[in-house]
Amino acid sequence: MISISQVTKQYKGAPRAALEEISLEIDKGEFVFLVGASGSGKSSLMRMILREDIPSSGSIHVLGENLIGIPNRRVPHFRRKLGVVFQDFRLLPNKTAAQNVAFSLEVIGKSRGFIAEAVPDVLRLVGLEDKANSLPSELSGGEQQRIALARAIVNKPAILLADEPTGNLDPATSMDIMALLDRINLAGTTIVMATHDRGIVDRGQKRVIELSQGKIIRDARGASYGDKE
Amino acid sequence: MRFSFVFSEMGIAIRRNLSMVISVILVTFISLTFVGTAGLLQQQIGSMKTYWYDKAQVAIYLCTKTSPAEVCPQGEASQDVQDTVTQRLESTTLAPYIDKYYFENHEQAYKTFQKEFKDNSVAKYVTPAQLNETFWVNLKDPNQAPIIIESFNGLSGVEEVKDQRTYLDQIFSILNVGSLAALSIAALMLFSAVLLISTTIRLSAVMRRREIGIMRLVGASNFYIQLPFILEGVVAGVIGSLLAGGAILGIVQVFVQGFLVKQLPFTSFVGIPDALALLPILVLTGGGLAAIAAASAIRRYLRV
Repeated sequence: MISISQVTKQYKGAPRAALEEISLEIDKGEFVFLVGASGSGKSSLMRMILREDIPSSGSIHVLGENLIGIPNRRVPHFRRKLGVVFQDFRLLPNKTAAQNVAFSLEVIGKSRGFIAEAVPDVLRLVGLEDKANSLPSELSGGEQQRIALARAIVNKPAILLADEPTGNLDPATSMDIMALLDRINLAGTTIVMATHDRGIVDRGQKRVIELSQGKIIRDARGASYGDKE
Repeated sequence: MRFSFVFSEMGIAIRRNLSMVISVILVTFISLTFVGTAGLLQQQIGSMKTYWYDKAQVAIYLCTKTSPAEVCPQGEASQDVQDTVTQRLESTTLAPYIDKYYFENHEQAYKTFQKEFKDNSVAKYVTPAQLNETFWVNLKDPNQAPIIIESFNGLSGVEEVKDQRTYLDQIFSILNVGSLAALSIAALMLFSAVLLISTTIRLSAVMRRREIGIMRLVGASNFYIQLPFILEGVVAGVIGSLLAGGAILGIVQVFVQGFLVKQLPFTSFVGIPDALALLPILVLTGGGLAAIAAASAIRRYLRV
């Protein structure tokens, strides 16, 4: 599903490589926590998987696509098979919750009929069918993140990338989001989640990949956040 | 592909960026008005050429007492010279080219001169003897004037053979310079229009970078992302060129047909059909340039 081999990324002018000889395999249906300090390379790795960036050396295969050789014009079609959520939600402030979700389908050319069915369905899945006509500014942080999650999964992606999805949320709300992510994972979507939240990782007891200074220092299943501290 | 969505995105882009879009419309409007004016001038030159060239004659000026001695050593042309010229014009070699010709003596030339320069003080000093006796020749095809010129140039007693079209060519070259000047201004203005369009589109893209970011994340194709911006430029360009077309039609209707035609009744002028023929050229130029400028601007902004 995701196969990374000997990937190194050296940014111009940076003193050390952002990623150094990273190799890992993630299978279908897995839920993986990416942990590590700021600057350890979590975000760089996510960008590589999304094909927002290309490694300096090594190879990446995601969903059967070789991301080094893929031509630029095929990148959009590749990204349709992935969903992404961020710490800062990235909702459009002048569109309602339903319009935000619909927008991501409109721009990939889905029909009006498909959108009319898919949007209420996914809003029900994240438990916000009654907030469909609210603007992001009228929603709480947790609700906004749920809209962002709805947008990410409405196109039924095989992989969901989550870059610190609970980073801006209080612990109780974070638990709600994690419960939602678990449900999405149980439905068959592979999830890769970068996080700093020790409590969430410890409670999850899932596969944990720890990065430090661009290298993998731990890859363990059913693990906790870390031994330090 | 959902066109309604692309068009509504374009509408939002235009509304958010209205002042820039208006300035693009105005610059395109003015520059294409210059292009259209140059086009009209060229058509005017063309129609004047066909009108006047058909009426242009070749003049065979005979020597007078006052002619310069280098060309007319024997002074005033004799009756023999007139006979020779008549003979040659009637000859089988030249006659097929000639539609008609007539002879104008000193007195007739004087009368014509007095009539043409009625208000000019030079009319008082000219005497009939100073004016050339002239054979006026109308050709079947005015382009064959060189045949007449070669036949009579250097003939003793002939001062000069002149194709009247050479006078017209001077007028046309002035009009040509005018249309070239209009074209150069148009080229400069179009260049600034192109720069303005790319700035406008980039500004529009910056204002919508949030949307663009999400579009790229969810896998919208580049074409889908770029189309609303390109259309924004094209809409502005086409509106500007339609305004320019309207201005050209107005110039023809009000200035040419309403004013010049009354002032200069014996000249043929460009009309509404000529201006209408220019309209598609203007719209294609305006829309095409805008599309190219917008596409290259948005493509540079949106490298994957």
